[in-house]
Amino acid sequence: MGTEITGAEIVVQSLIDLGVEVVFGYPGGAVLPIYDALFQQNRIRHILVRHEQAAVHAAEGYARASGKVGVVLVTSGPGATNAVTGITDALMDSIPLVVLTGQVPTHLIGTDAFQECDTVGITRHCSKHNYLVKETAKLGPVLHEAFYIARSGRPGPVVIDIPKDVQIMKARYAKPGAITHKTYKPQVKGDLAAIEAAVDMLAAAERPILYTGGGIINSGPIASQLLRELAKVTGAPVTSTLMGLGSFGHEHPQFLGMLGMHGSYEANMAMNRCDLMVCLGARFDDRVTGRLDAFSPHSRKIHVDIDRSSFNKTVRVDLTIQGDVGSVMEDMLKVWRARGHRAADQKAWWAQIEGWRARNSFGFEQKGDSLLPQKAIQRLYEMTKAKKPIISTEVGQHQMWAAQHFGFHDPNKWLTSGGLGTMGYGLPAAIGAQLAFPGALVIDIAGEASIQMNIQELGTAVQYRLPVKIFIINNEYMGMVRQWQELNHGSRYSESYSDSLPDFVKLAEAYGWKGIVIEGPDDLDAGIQAMLDHPGPVVVDCRVAKLANCFPMIPSGAAHTDMILSAADERGEADDDAKALV
Amino acid sequence: MKHLPSERHTLSILVDNEAGVLARIVGLFSARGYNIESLTVADVSDNHEVSRITLVTNGPPPVIDQIMAQLDRLVPVHKVVDLTDWGPHVEREMALVKVAGVGDKRVEALRLADIFRARPVDTSTASFVFEVSGSTEKVNQFIALMREVGLVEVARTGVVAIARGAEAV
Repeated sequence: MGTEITGAEIVVQSLIDLGVEVVFGYPGGAVLPIYDALFQQNRIRHILVRHEQAAVHAAEGYARASGKVGVVLVTSGPGATNAVTGITDALMDSIPLVVLTGQVPTHLIGTDAFQECDTVGITRHCSKHNYLVKETAKLGPVLHEAFYIARSGRPGPVVIDIPKDVQIMKARYAKPGAITHKTYKPQVKGDLAAIEAAVDMLAAAERPILYTGGGIINSGPIASQLLRELAKVTGAPVTSTLMGLGSFGHEHPQFLGMLGMHGSYEANMAMNRCDLMVCLGARFDDRVTGRLDAFSPHSRKIHVDIDRSSFNKTVRVDLTIQGDVGSVMEDMLKVWRARGHRAADQKAWWAQIEGWRARNSFGFEQKGDSLLPQKAIQRLYEMTKAKKPIISTEVGQHQMWAAQHFGFHDPNKWLTSGGLGTMGYGLPAAIGAQLAFPGALVIDIAGEASIQMNIQELGTAVQYRLPVKIFIINNEYMGMVRQWQELNHGSRYSESYSDSLPDFVKLAEAYGWKGIVIEGPDDLDAGIQAMLDHPGPVVVDCRVAKLANCFPMIPSGAAHTDMILSAADERGEADDDAKALV
Repeated sequence: MKHLPSERHTLSILVDNEAGVLARIVGLFSARGYNIESLTVADVSDNHEVSRITLVTNGPPPVIDQIMAQLDRLVPVHKVVDLTDWGPHVEREMALVKVAGVGDKRVEALRLADIFRARPVDTSTASFVFEVSGSTEKVNQFIALMREVGLVEVARTGVVAIARGAEAV
């Protein structure tokens, strides 16, 4: 303990002590001392991305797939500002990250120095917490505290800004014991009286529904197990948000599929008509609720969340239980069994649900001879499901089709940008997941527009021999933009055509990837098989029907009961109130 | 729920006395569209580790609940108390009020100040600076009267507040 080491060495030693195996980053002037310290050790692997935004998404993919904290290292100024989109994405989707940013030396802060920006100012409201460390001796404690804050409670990104002189100066470092924080104390255990009340409500409900979200994934794989048990004992139907997919097996008869704007008819109708809604680790997001004054008007609502600020934010609920959703479900099951509850008779409820389910809202009709995107994703699922793939997505129609038509059995296999909706998320996230699970099949289901937002990461995958697959649903449009223009703006396709697309096969080959084109339905299976047979990274340019739209859909500002089930129900032009909504 | 009638609430927020904490609080209000009627902040601890912010806001009850929850989850926040919900509490505000004038107006200003127990803390042959303290309403009223006798400018502290009785929040 006696010797002093440099701040940079403290950073690296802390990361080692925290069990960090991988850091995603990009060097620059203000982090050179840390890069030098990284060079002189062999415990932590550094993954050099091609753009700092991708470093953060890669760390998110790594974190989401592995349940560990993702770590990012970038330089000051543009390094930090490029990371902001990823940091915001992680905040919206509650992904645990620690982002280390270099800063100009302390005596230059505030002078508009080269590559200076106010990183803590810029990230203050897009991070869970942030620090500017001005003393080398504080680096160790701050790093350990930052990891604790990032992964505990509602997880999120924590930014640590480290001026260059603080990296150079020396101080003593000792690995701290268990971290406690003087003000930050997340509540993990739910209030027992509230849990008992919730269980009694659930036992008495005739039309219950479990509305589950990303909190169950964040709580760890055990929470998914507990959800399955809770569904079993209560007999209640289960629906999931986009972020929660995989926490409940998609093929299970009690699963109604995803809910919300592009969710299933049965999930949305069941949400509307239930008499008891149990929200488990979800947050009544606007994509889920649709028009608030028509949201589930006749139900009592229970909300389980680790973050008190999620309660009653947009939807008033009858009972709140603050705590980790896994811990709360465990207690709910204990109470359920201790009280000898049996599920109420739900025959009529399930008959109703089966009626909605019979509408087959995710169904699609093959017209003409073009390849439908839904079909492409279905086949991709069928041909890869035995390998239990990890799927990432970009943002847009392909993302929703993937959520609808790919089947998810297990948690941590589905990486998508839900809250922020960040195009360009999928490829770096897939790279991060592949690093966490080198032997897994990792596929980025992409759109031809989104993929170009972080296309430079093709190089990263090659450098680290990561056999990531990219499956581009190529319809030559920013499809979701075009769909909204069709629905709300008289089909005036303002700037939504993907003009001047690259030859994706040549592009892939230029980076050392394999490139495959699927021209139509006849090539589909062979193309997917060729992708799977190639041991290295593959880009598949899957040309699909250009004008297919994503249905079902709850238009903005509409209620769950006003779902558009197919193109035949489109309105063409929306009123101004609807146009003003996102 | 934002269409319910608005209520005025006075919050006491105990925070780490560190750079950036105030920006975090103020930024939360601007980012989420909450109102700030007034805000005061000062170090209140022996060891200079804790600052106390008194913040007056307004909004419908569910929004006030949200504000409390959002403040409470900030890492450097020790404690948030809604004094309006807590119960009896004292609110005070101080203002420095500059009035210029000669003759009758000057005399009237001094007389009114006396009624309000406002103390002249600076004077010249043609002006006064009065120090007045009390509830927001009292300060408002005093300033309104001063307008008629030559008000020049006002500096106000905003509200500070503390619960009545022996207990700390």
